[in-house]
Amino acid sequence: MKIKHLFYAKDDKFNIALSAKIVNTTLILIIGIIFWNYAFNRLNYESQGLSVFLEFRYKFIFGFFITILISIFSLICSLIIGSLLVIGQKSRFLPLHYFTKIFIEIIRGTPLIVQVYLFFYVFGTALDINNRYFMGVLIMATFSGAYVAEIIRGGIDSIDKTQIESAKALGFTNLQKYRYIILPQVIKRIMPPLAGQFASLIKDSSLLSLIAVNEFTKNVQEVDSITFTPIENYAVLAIGYILLTYPISHLSKKLEKRFSYGD
Amino acid sequence: MEINISNLKKIYGDQVVINNLELNIKDIHSLVIIGPSGGGKSTLLRILAGLEIPEEGIITINNKTLSFKEIDLHNYRKTIGVVFQAFNLFPHLSAIKNITLPLEKVHKINKNKATLRAKILLDRFQLGEHSHKYPSQLSGGQQQRVAIARAVALESQFLLLDEPTSALDPALTSEVLDSILELKKEKKDLILVTHEMGFAKNVADYVLFIDKGKVLEAGKADSLFSNPQTSELKKFLGKTLKY
Repeated sequence: MKIKHLFYAKDDKFNIALSAKIVNTTLILIIGIIFWNYAFNRLNYESQGLSVFLEFRYKFIFGFFITILISIFSLICSLIIGSLLVIGQKSRFLPLHYFTKIFIEIIRGTPLIVQVYLFFYVFGTALDINNRYFMGVLIMATFSGAYVAEIIRGGIDSIDKTQIESAKALGFTNLQKYRYIILPQVIKRIMPPLAGQFASLIKDSSLLSLIAVNEFTKNVQEVDSITFTPIENYAVLAIGYILLTYPISHLSKKLEKRFSYGD
Repeated sequence: MEINISNLKKIYGDQVVINNLELNIKDIHSLVIIGPSGGGKSTLLRILAGLEIPEEGIITINNKTLSFKEIDLHNYRKTIGVVFQAFNLFPHLSAIKNITLPLEKVHKINKNKATLRAKILLDRFQLGEHSHKYPSQLSGGQQQRVAIARAVALESQFLLLDEPTSALDPALTSEVLDSILELKKEKKDLILVTHEMGFAKNVADYVLFIDKGKVLEAGKADSLFSNPQTSELKKFLGKTLKY
């Protein structure tokens, strides 16, 4: 194999040989490590290495699993909320139509941190919900649900009008039209943006530390207040979140392939 | 088939697309509608397909008067087959699934029977080898033929074809026209809107010339084309046959 093929893709389809994959990934990692070491050495920071992680590993791992649990529940709930919002938006009953429209605009137009505080201290108190975990999942699911709704709506609207017409002409009922014609196509189209949204959801759940939900970020911050080793602690945080988000983007690519047809 | 239309009117915004259209035909298998673009022929076809609701008028098809209530229209649509200009097929389904899905879900025919019917039709339209391909893997002409096969599979009372070749390049047009001619030979009832005048002559038992929302001229194919009466049709035929 020529050296050139190690560093240049043959075309823009990126069918790349394994050797080239390994060489390039390693190269980027080495450059990254060199850069990191250089920056780190200029800090005069005395690294504790892995000792902090080992000492507080139970706390780190506990927080990590809480974040996984919160993410899974939020993810499922945000799909449900997102779908309901789409149904509301597509409804011809105008109060419902406008409620969902305004709701989505407000959620998408305000920072998550505002919503976390408002939801928890205003709605949570008003409705007498004290469970931080329940509220946490609800807040994340609502926030993410608004985005999911827009993704699904965009997917549905991108289906060609003639197809809808064909389905109507063939005598499909409205429900059958969605079940057999629209949704199978929408699922394929929205897989990539949905995966991105879910990765965001996982990362954004770190803001729940503000209302003392005992998740990953919160635990790391607590450790940090004892050890004063922010770099080690936040490195753990970074690696932890990558471990959670990478499988999602990987899985979405797989699912996208599974739902693809003839192209 | 027998079609009686009286006083049909369809308005889009402030534009009258169908203007007091009258039509009475009887004992005709293939009806071809010709006319300039924007003259109302596609709209008429869409009304006959149950996809548009006219403002006024009574339509009686094979002695049944059409009701324009949505529930009745839905049931009516099940009894006819429609082929549009393009993108008829569902891109996420193979050719054969495109045919069997409506049979199974709308007409409640069991899977084996539906598949068998689809296979026979695909073979008849020389599409047997393509039955498991997706629409994106088929040529435009093949796609339209699958769409025709799908409409035929419904065993509908008649077929409506809305300019089925207008989105195809000329080399692919003939294979679609062959399929339609095949249907005519079987005396399948069909209504076709087309710009292919030569083909219209071949396939039509009866021709309607529609312009400005009215039937300006109607008659047997040979007499209408060889001896047009109205100045509009003379002009139209002169233009279409000029090149």
